[in-house]
Amino acid sequence: MNDLWKLTVQIKRYKPGRGQWTSTYNIQIHPDEYVLDAVEQIWAYQDRSLVYRHLCHHSTCGACGMRVNHREKLACITRIRDITRAGGTILIEPLRNMPVISDLAVDMGQFFRLLDEIDYDQVQPAGSLPTGKGIRPDKKQPDGIERLVDCLECGLCVSACPAGATSGEYMGPAALAAIQLSSSSGYADMLDLADSEDGAWRCHSAFACTDVCPSNVEPGWRIMDLRKKLIARQLSVMVKKNEVTHG
Amino acid sequence: MPQTKPTALIIGAGFTGIATAYDLAMRGFQVDVLERGELGSGTSGRTHGLLHSGARYCVHDQEAAVECVAENAILRKIARQCIEGNSGYFIAVNESDLAFAESFTRGAEQCSLPIAEVPPAELLTVEPMLSPQLLRAFRVNDGTFDPLRLAYAFAASARQHGARFYPYCEVEELLLDQSRRVVGASVWNRVTDQRQQYQADVLINTAGVWAGRIAAMAGIELPVKPVPGVMVAVEKRLCQNTINRLNEPGDGDIILPQRRMVVIGTTSFDAVDVDYIPIIREQVEQMVDQGSEMIPAIRQTAHRGVFMSSRPLIKASGDARNLARTCKVYDHEKSDGVGGFFSLIGGKATTCRAMAEKISDMVSARFGIDAACQTARIELESYRKFFQFGTEQA
Repeated sequence: MNDLWKLTVQIKRYKPGRGQWTSTYNIQIHPDEYVLDAVEQIWAYQDRSLVYRHLCHHSTCGACGMRVNHREKLACITRIRDITRAGGTILIEPLRNMPVISDLAVDMGQFFRLLDEIDYDQVQPAGSLPTGKGIRPDKKQPDGIERLVDCLECGLCVSACPAGATSGEYMGPAALAAIQLSSSSGYADMLDLADSEDGAWRCHSAFACTDVCPSNVEPGWRIMDLRKKLIARQLSVMVKKNEVTHG
Repeated sequence: MPQTKPTALIIGAGFTGIATAYDLAMRGFQVDVLERGELGSGTSGRTHGLLHSGARYCVHDQEAAVECVAENAILRKIARQCIEGNSGYFIAVNESDLAFAESFTRGAEQCSLPIAEVPPAELLTVEPMLSPQLLRAFRVNDGTFDPLRLAYAFAASARQHGARFYPYCEVEELLLDQSRRVVGASVWNRVTDQRQQYQADVLINTAGVWAGRIAAMAGIELPVKPVPGVMVAVEKRLCQNTINRLNEPGDGDIILPQRRMVVIGTTSFDAVDVDYIPIIREQVEQMVDQGSEMIPAIRQTAHRGVFMSSRPLIKASGDARNLARTCKVYDHEKSDGVGGFFSLIGGKATTCRAMAEKISDMVSARFGIDAACQTARIELESYRKFFQFGTEQA
């Protein structure tokens, strides 16, 4: 049992009708386990009232987004060893820019409403997907294979975005990235949706989204690319008008 | 809406409970679903995500294999939104594997399971990361699915038909009347930290590995046996299709691609309390060792996540691995003299729709409802719709 680390875990709590507080727990856990295991252990042995979201425990579902030591993390793939030391403290908070339902569970209704409208399919032909790390292609994807896309719809980017709090209506990085991906693969033309003050133009190009994305979607770069597409579209309209008046 | 709808209360929102909610809601029940955690957060979420072709069961559990053949085809139609609809391969890399080939092909034939032999050289062009020791290979109809999206697609469809979901609501007590009929449940709502009661004409226990606890609240012993195993996800998509070891089902004999990862599974051991299972390091090493016999690069690939998941098997004598993977429905009025109470245990994700159909048939018959099951032919709602209904807190 000497392999186990003693840790202090602080969790930001919230219950409707009771308000906010912080709970502190002492746990023992193997450093190669993950933050989600720590939360689950606390729930199992110390505090059954703790509410948190989780499903797959290996970063395909995107449910367990949390703020861990002030950084947006997918708890299921964040190793204890990588964020603290034996005897250390971990602070866990719910994601920002979304309403808290209870404790670490946030309401992703608006997030999914937008993604549903954009309708970027979760399963696509592998050959149509960006290869390598988002903008840096490494090699050709195989033919005749389909796969789940990179975006896990975890909401980490929305939480990390510094522009997120400036408007309740801001579409946010995940949705804008989905529009960029849809328009480059010829799916749906959602550029109108992105061409607004709550779309691609609200972004402050802080690239916090790209920093926290656990799946290399690179939403920051995609928003910049979307702006190029929007400007190109406006220019082509202007050129056409010009041709009509002077041509 | 007429007030004459019979009411059903489902305990446990894993694949089985959610699919049952959908089926019963379509047949005219007013359905409420109680789940102590997040939807799908127990065994369902922690599946490796294999859409079974049935090939894995075609030698030792042919009933399960045949069921998988049918349900695989149905899910590929109704849940396309969350399935990587590729193929799977059973591969032989040593003499022992080769010796199994005969029973495998015979089993597949007996189950009318479509398989096709693929020359090793040809398969290596499709799956170049496979071991160069590759001796023989068969293509099967395996696929992979995303667990959240499959669960929520069923749940969104259930909600479309009026079902209501109550996550983070843990059942603490079953309410029984004087005739030992279950009439409801007393629940701790962890969102509000309050206790409340839910009444219904019928209760359905689909709590999976925890179904025994729920049944015990009505004084009933259920033969459900949690059998956990470990799964290791690594940081690279080392294969495009599912890779199975052509041998008796065993540990570390399956590699599943998902997004940009592969998942290696799994082990099989006994456990009593499965609320939290620490990761057993030796089993992780075992997965790497055994997985790399099929794909050697696994040994050099960084781990992305490691997790434990507990299969809800039906208790029987013998080794855990050989327990049947089919499901069992209990009408507790018949088996235990407790009315208004059904339990469903066993089974697996690939057959969740069929399990739901089975129990919904029984429950509907009890209420004189003769509506036929329609879930096999209608494509599921977008899983994203589920989140848009907001949360239901009575």
